Amino acid sequence: MSLLEIQKAHLKLDNKEILKGISLAVNAGEVHAIMGPNGSGKSTMSYMLAGRDGYELESGDVLLDGKSLLDMSPDERARSGLFLAFQYPVELPGVGGMSFLREAVNSRRKYLGEKEYDHLAFVKEARKEASKMFVKDEMLKRSVNVGFSGGEKKRFEILQMTMLKPTVSILDETDSGLDIDALKIVSEGVNAQRSDRNAIIVITHYQRLLDYIVPDFVHILSDGVIIKSGGPELALEVEKNGYVGMINAA
Amino acid sequence: MAATQETIEQVKEVASTYKYGFVTELESEKAPLGLSEDIVRFISKKKNEPEWLLEWRLKAYKKWLSMKEPNWAMVNYPKIDFQSIYFYSAPKNKPKLNSLDEVDPELLKTYEKLGIPIKEQEMLAGVAVDYVFDSVSVATTFREKLAKEGIIFCPISEAVQDYPDLVKKYIGSVIPISDNYYAALNSAVFTDGSFVYIPKGVKCPMELSTYFRINEQNSGQFERTLIIVEDDSYVSYLEGCTAPQRDENQLHAAVVELVAMDNAQIKYSTVQNWYPGDENGKGGIYNFVTKRGNCLGKNSKISWTQVETGSAITWKYPSCILKGDNSVGEFYSVAVANNAQQADTGTKMIHIGKNTKSTIISKGISAGKAQNTYRGQVQIQKSAKGARNFTQCDSLLIGDKCGAHTIPYINQHTPTARVEHEATTSKISEDQLFYCLQRGLDTEQATSLIVNGFCKEVMKELPMEFAVEAQKLIGISLEGSVG
Repeated sequence: MSLLEIQKAHLKLDNKEILKGISLAVNAGEVHAIMGPNGSGKSTMSYMLAGRDGYELESGDVLLDGKSLLDMSPDERARSGLFLAFQYPVELPGVGGMSFLREAVNSRRKYLGEKEYDHLAFVKEARKEASKMFVKDEMLKRSVNVGFSGGEKKRFEILQMTMLKPTVSILDETDSGLDIDALKIVSEGVNAQRSDRNAIIVITHYQRLLDYIVPDFVHILSDGVIIKSGGPELALEVEKNGYVGMINAA
Repeated sequence: MAATQETIEQVKEVASTYKYGFVTELESEKAPLGLSEDIVRFISKKKNEPEWLLEWRLKAYKKWLSMKEPNWAMVNYPKIDFQSIYFYSAPKNKPKLNSLDEVDPELLKTYEKLGIPIKEQEMLAGVAVDYVFDSVSVATTFREKLAKEGIIFCPISEAVQDYPDLVKKYIGSVIPISDNYYAALNSAVFTDGSFVYIPKGVKCPMELSTYFRINEQNSGQFERTLIIVEDDSYVSYLEGCTAPQRDENQLHAAVVELVAMDNAQIKYSTVQNWYPGDENGKGGIYNFVTKRGNCLGKNSKISWTQVETGSAITWKYPSCILKGDNSVGEFYSVAVANNAQQADTGTKMIHIGKNTKSTIISKGISAGKAQNTYRGQVQIQKSAKGARNFTQCDSLLIGDKCGAHTIPYINQHTPTARVEHEATTSKISEDQLFYCLQRGLDTEQATSLIVNGFCKEVMKELPMEFAVEAQKLIGISLEGSVG
């Protein structure tokens, strides 16, 4: 059974069809890259998966671990193991990074029937993981994403992913706004999470990220449908020829 | 079926929102209904007061008769019928207490329901507490320990008997009887409250605390608090309040006066959780309170911190008169208004002395159909050379039927003074909410996290254990306001 299965997903925004029957099966241990030009429906797909208000399916289904997500609220989906690394992480003024992380992690642990972390144990664990992502203690004391640089925001997203241990992670244009050093740190963080118990979906415009996070499968999304699927070589083809030729051929 | 179930759940939720809404069955002794000169005399006689205080009360009563109810606040309510209020209500058999064991067990149960078992507080928290139940003080704990330091902490009715000179000297010295309609009313009919005196050079070794509760139906609560801190001394004072859930409105018109001498510091914190009325605005407390501190001495400092979550109507402006040179006034406020609540609150900073400084941080949160107004005055008098003020007013809106208003008044008469005012209004954005939900927090958790983040600057001014309670309260009062 696949960890995540999207079945003929149709979705409309403002009466306009954005997703036009996407199907995708992601198995444990796999990394899938979704590539495509602007407006092809990549971000819509990630919001749909995460259950954002207004992004309900017209028809089709999405199964996480064999269970339909459609009747689940965004927080239930998150607690049951779906993680979305935001393209534009949101600022939460006055909400300390450490306490935000702890609330999130404890919600997930509670759902899994695991013991919630006490304060000290959590701080210790968080600091350990944070140092791997070059996230300084000082950053965890600051308000979530407030005054963070682009790189800091993305590193903090991946730190959250590391701490939450999701079964399926969706990284929405995590490479946008990153310089090459930050890109390497973020990619190493993601790679460290790869295991045969989880799966990762990487959404990106560019092939560059896929040099660091090497996918098992690449899918080209255009105008709400997957027009082509293949291995990592497909990303190189995009890099070389652009999307246009591929779209025309489809 | 699902819809019916949902309705049932919702009703349950609403009914259980105010968890302090129980009524305690205590036998009580009341004055006859209504207000007259005879009632004022009755209260004074009940309290066995000296002649000068009765005269003072009667003067206040006459003044009150000549005054009009203020109508400038942005609050709406039907005219109060002062003849349908009990101005004096005391639990019967008020014991002359030697120890807490002698307190009426029913009363102790009430405090336990409130989550503040007297015993436990006394033992564990090391907080000295004065309990005011309707009109009278029930027990003041820790008095002996404080007495060793020369600190006086007792019901004001006892202070009138035991320390008449101090009371006579300072009562009405910060808030004169003619100050405003409700202050005049309070001066005429106040029944009890707390009295604190910190002698020279003493740092009060524990937080002093008063817990107010209105229990009796149709009764008003008019307590009066007077705190005097002599040179080089310090006190931190906490005040908490609740009331049972009743369909009719109840009036709370308190007066709090603070006096700080040279280098003295007073930190006054309030967590106000009076019954706010139901979601349609039925019932609830009218909280019309006058609080003012006088920084009389040089380098003195008075800080007001308030978290206001309750009351149908809040009308309250804890203020500082900065008379002593280099004195400092601070006002940190979180005011939450949900459903049909109305809050018009803020502060006044009156700069008189040289190089006086004031800071105002106000956070207003509105949800439901509530209206929340910040009203603040910064007055810099001619003598206040080099005075400085910083004001920051932030409003947070939850939903689109509520309102936030900021009304600052700045009167500056000194060219060397500096006054800054910043104001923002924001909403909890869908992005913020979705971000939190995506991390596994439910809507209530997410809202409370965002709201508490918004209030952080104020919360950190509260004593630790109070801050935790206040955070929970804010969460409870906003339950169901999002989503």
